[in-house]
Amino acid sequence: MYDVIIGLEVHVQLQTQTKIFCGCSTAFNPDQPNVQTCPVCLGLPGSLPVLNREAYRLGVKTALALNCQIAKFTKWDRKQYFYPDLPKGYQISQYDLPFSCGGHVDLVLNADTGETRRVGIIRAHLEEDAGKNLHDESGRGRASGVDLNRAGTPLVEIVTQPDLRSAEEARRFLEELHALLTYLEVSDCNMQEGSLRCDANVNLHVHQPDGPKVATPIVEIKNLNSFRFTEQAILFEVDRQWREYQRTKQTIRDAPKSTRGFDHERGITYPMREKEEAADYRYFPDPDLVPVTITDAELDVIRKTMSETPAAMRSRFQVDYQLSAYDTAVIVAQGKPFATYFEQVAQSCGDGKQAANWLTQDVLRELKERQQTIAQFAIRPDVLSALLTRVLEKRLTIKSAREVFVDLLQSDETPTASRIDQIVAAKGLAIVQDDAAINNAIAAVIARNAKAVADYRAGKQAAIGALIGQVMRELKGADAQAVREKLTAALTDGPS
Amino acid sequence: MGSGQTTAGELWRRLQSGEITSTAATTTALDAIATRDSQVAAFVHVDRDAALSRADEIDARRKAGQPVGWLAGLPVAVKDVLCTRGQPTTCASQMLAGFRPPYDAHVIERLHAADGVLIGRTNLDEFAMGSSGENSSVQITRNPWDTTRTPGGSSSGSAAAVAARMTPVALGSDTGGSIRQPAGLCGIVGMKPTYGRVSRYGLVAYASSLDQIGPFATDVTGAAVLLEAIAGHDPRDSTSVNRPVPSWTASINEPLRGLKIGVAQEHFAEGLDDDVARAVRSAIDVYRSLGAEIRDVSLPHAKYCIATYYLIACSEASGNLARYDGMHYGHRAASAQTLLETFSRSRGEGFGAEVKRRIMLGTYALSSGYYDQYYVKALRVRRLIRQDFDAAFAQVDVIAGPVTPTAAFKIGEKTDDPLAMYLSDIYTIGANLAGLPGISLPCGLTPSGLPVGLQLQAAPWQEETLFRAARMYERETDWHRRVPAMVA
Repeated sequence: MYDVIIGLEVHVQLQTQTKIFCGCSTAFNPDQPNVQTCPVCLGLPGSLPVLNREAYRLGVKTALALNCQIAKFTKWDRKQYFYPDLPKGYQISQYDLPFSCGGHVDLVLNADTGETRRVGIIRAHLEEDAGKNLHDESGRGRASGVDLNRAGTPLVEIVTQPDLRSAEEARRFLEELHALLTYLEVSDCNMQEGSLRCDANVNLHVHQPDGPKVATPIVEIKNLNSFRFTEQAILFEVDRQWREYQRTKQTIRDAPKSTRGFDHERGITYPMREKEEAADYRYFPDPDLVPVTITDAELDVIRKTMSETPAAMRSRFQVDYQLSAYDTAVIVAQGKPFATYFEQVAQSCGDGKQAANWLTQDVLRELKERQQTIAQFAIRPDVLSALLTRVLEKRLTIKSAREVFVDLLQSDETPTASRIDQIVAAKGLAIVQDDAAINNAIAAVIARNAKAVADYRAGKQAAIGALIGQVMRELKGADAQAVREKLTAALTDGPS
Repeated sequence: MGSGQTTAGELWRRLQSGEITSTAATTTALDAIATRDSQVAAFVHVDRDAALSRADEIDARRKAGQPVGWLAGLPVAVKDVLCTRGQPTTCASQMLAGFRPPYDAHVIERLHAADGVLIGRTNLDEFAMGSSGENSSVQITRNPWDTTRTPGGSSSGSAAAVAARMTPVALGSDTGGSIRQPAGLCGIVGMKPTYGRVSRYGLVAYASSLDQIGPFATDVTGAAVLLEAIAGHDPRDSTSVNRPVPSWTASINEPLRGLKIGVAQEHFAEGLDDDVARAVRSAIDVYRSLGAEIRDVSLPHAKYCIATYYLIACSEASGNLARYDGMHYGHRAASAQTLLETFSRSRGEGFGAEVKRRIMLGTYALSSGYYDQYYVKALRVRRLIRQDFDAAFAQVDVIAGPVTPTAAFKIGEKTDDPLAMYLSDIYTIGANLAGLPGISLPCGLTPSGLPVGLQLQAAPWQEETLFRAARMYERETDWHRRVPAMVA
């Protein structure tokens, strides 16, 4: 019936220590308004901006990760409009010569089939963030205030091609971008603190019975500050546009682009008040700033400091550790510290599949229950690896290992490899390797279970399960495979 | 200074040698202000006690054998566009009435560090927009040579204060001639350094790519002394250039051998007053007599200077002055009910007519649909103007010519004719567009006793050539010792 066409504009705060054009701190500090300010970010008369080269460097890293071309020469422009949170009456941004353009992100739509969507990046440019207007929400009509702590925080604005085809794809894109930017350590992407904000341009291409498609008017949904809200807002908007189209048959030629907000409590988009006059930002080059140039050598230096992207890490994990696409996706999606933890365990114990199972099940479960990050997790990679090594060496069953794992976490003592051995010894969980002990246990169980033995010998294969269980219990820890073999032999050959 | 016979350079040497105290020099200046500023109206703010206590502190240090800074207690007046911590910095605008910055401009820091004594803040055309000082919302400064006439502008107060010997030196800012033009009309020395020579940090911006701070003084040496105190790289201004600052005062008395002086016919075309032309030509003859070679040079795009300047300066100004919105500081309209009214009424009430005119011109030039034909075109012409100068300076060391087409004009004479007013900067604007240094120095009096200025311009960073060339002339003449009747 129709295709959904979505393009995103994403604003990402770069994690510099100081603002993009002055030395003030970028720390998130909403409780103490206007303390992280100076004449420059307050826009006082006579103050002048000076580029924080670190902001530019992080911007370049971001753009390189988005497969963008980096301009050898870039400049700063003033975007002029009046607003209380914009102390200079203009925002320093980039207009016609952004520092980068023309990239893409490959979005894996289906991990199993490997289906991907290539999302084009039109451009990424640097700019300064505005402050924040604070309105009295008590209803007592108190004066509004402006907090300029945020004013001058470096932002990268990333503009995609309208390549996304569903609300889910839009969310997936933001998740991928989030992973990319946090892996590169260019942004903390903390959405509660507004480090990543998104505007979504949405319209429909409605299929006509006679063939060609008709585009509905474009709607820009502003200030979406979570992945879930982005998805919800687009879902709502698609439905709304479809109903609107059926009712009015309005196309992109009949109505200009309009702006809507998203009310996440009601789950609806609503029209935002249009600006009083048509926006003419009167961009022009900022004469207070000199253009920025970068050489190939400098670019190489930045490239060399770039860590692996999530996409590269996913394909490497599949090859290096023979993981499924699904497992790699889960591990990488947890963030770089988690992926690093995985890799340490996998390398140290030598079995990536085993490490992945433990990480994606046991460790993730515990983290969730304890509301911890991997960095806070008590069992460090060397200890988990020690535990898994004991399983791989058949000194411990997986079941016993899980018991030890839980004990390690519940104990007050710091989990260590020797602590594992203490628990194993105390609980007698070590796999019995002694053939005589196993044979004795088998003999004892056979002696006690005449009926089951008879059943088995009469051809009831399933009866062996209960017998194995009893032997295992008797031994407290044994290699189930070895027990099964010996028991089968005893039942087949041995005297009754 | 007394009768005005002591030049700024001489006073500075006496202060350095300890022959005279800063307290004495400062008292002389303050007394002159008390006596004469009622006629001149150069100052918008004078803090006598602060100046004297600062002078006293410097003298005490000298007496105790401790080191004293470069300026050695020299009194300095500053144009009221230079942010000074805790002092009113108004740009002669109602928009900034009562505004006291929480920080010092780079040049103010440098003056403090050099032991200059800030004696007062001087009047100007509002936000440095004007050529006569008449656009001040505070007061109209008068030319000390004839108080019915303007001192020129926009640094009207600084020029008039030095001319009336109320201060030996002063700082101004020059965007299209705002130092050189009033210096010329007031018979003193004024210099605009190369763009990037002096940090603009803390200079309230008019047109960022053209603004440059520079000195006024009663003589060339005084100007060099003051520029040496404020020049040099400042990392807080991206357009400040990191180049060594030569000791201009050390070389200033060395004449330039084989000096090649260019004379542009464009500077002697229609509109130039005969008396001014005569004085400037005889100044060039003085150079010839000193062995300089005089050559014709051509500045074919000079005729586009005014149009180019007003497009670029106003465009930048429209952005630079957007911050005055009644929101964070400065004037806020009391009657405003809505956000839009707060913006529009605060600006409507706070800005004067000329500032509004330039903001509107600039807003128009940057508007969608006009940007290419105005702003972008002006940038292209600016490049051509710079190339004219490059070509000229490949042949000559300095270009000599008039500062202004006429001597000082009457107060009110051009206020109803902005274009006529704009033309008074016709010879000075080129240096701003090309980023060159230029100096204005007195070279005569008209038959009615008004000063005439000689302008010398040089290639970027050649301030030393300008100072030495200007001093060569000054040593041969005594125009710089002539003072207005009110001083004598």
